[in-house]
Amino acid sequence: MAMLLGKKVGMTQVYAESGDLLPVTVIQAGPCVVMQVKTTETDGYNAVQLGFDDVKPSRRKKPQIGTAQKAHTTPKRLVREMRLPDDAEPEYKPGDSITVGVFVKNQFVDVVGTSKGKGFAGVMKRHGFGGFPASHGTERKHRAPGSISSFASNAGHGGGPKRGKKMPGHMGNCRVTTKNHELVAIDEDKNLLIVKGSVPGPAGGYCIVQTAKRA
Amino acid sequence: MKTEMLDAVESKSLKDNVPHFEIGDIVDVHCRIKEGDKVRTQIFTGTVIARRGRGINETFTVRRIVGNEGVERIFPIHSPNVLDIVAVRSGKTRRAKLYFLRKRTGKAVRLAQRHSDHTVSK
Repeated sequence: MAMLLGKKVGMTQVYAESGDLLPVTVIQAGPCVVMQVKTTETDGYNAVQLGFDDVKPSRRKKPQIGTAQKAHTTPKRLVREMRLPDDAEPEYKPGDSITVGVFVKNQFVDVVGTSKGKGFAGVMKRHGFGGFPASHGTERKHRAPGSISSFASNAGHGGGPKRGKKMPGHMGNCRVTTKNHELVAIDEDKNLLIVKGSVPGPAGGYCIVQTAKRA
Repeated sequence: MKTEMLDAVESKSLKDNVPHFEIGDIVDVHCRIKEGDKVRTQIFTGTVIARRGRGINETFTVRRIVGNEGVERIFPIHSPNVLDIVAVRSGKTRRAKLYFLRKRTGKAVRLAQRHSDHTVSK
């Protein structure tokens, strides 16, 4: 299990040796600082807290500044925990720096990010509903959700539509994980991870890159 | 800063020395073709009628007449499957996109590129 915090730089294309043109996302990942190491004895679980991207101490509250001082570093804008199994021996100590070297080329990674906000979206965009025909007598209902319930018990009778019924609403701007991206290349000098495919969030958005749960 | 990093990633896929050719030139494009396990080189000869894009997206269009039918192929300049581009004959043109050649047939196609007063650099 390896994890890094990073920033999405943007997308581009790269040629594979076979001649295939791969769509890739460039992520500036790390170097992350170990802010705190949590153990079963002290905190009830094992974890390593990582920090990324410096921030002015005046922008952070005193407890955060204190944690940073213990790790002999400055406060960070993004702090996330890497959970470890209960029987794991902590390999890191506060103040350690973690770089893209924890990953190897061609391995698979999962990327967590905050998706772009889409605002209040209809059911076709939000849930992929089919909508209604453009013609053949359809009027003012081209993108409507259709019937939302009936008297049948399984369709949610009585108190109203079934819970969790897919309806229009706010879309995007939430945590999204995209799984099994191939690591096409690693640039150790510039701390870049080049990952195949697209990654949630805007360019400049924060993301978490971790070893794929199931590759 | 953002473009710098993207360019750095992209530049590794770019070719160092792209052969020189101009719009209107007749070129031999050496393509790598995979057939099962075998790899062979195929040469596509024709007139360069357009070149577009920047960086890794740069492509050029080659047009030729095969059996009285116009055939156009678009090649990415930096693709590893494009092994070589050899300008065989130069063609004099006054514009960057030679789409007007599509409407021409027979000898009219050849006329547009006949004034070869500059030597083809290889």
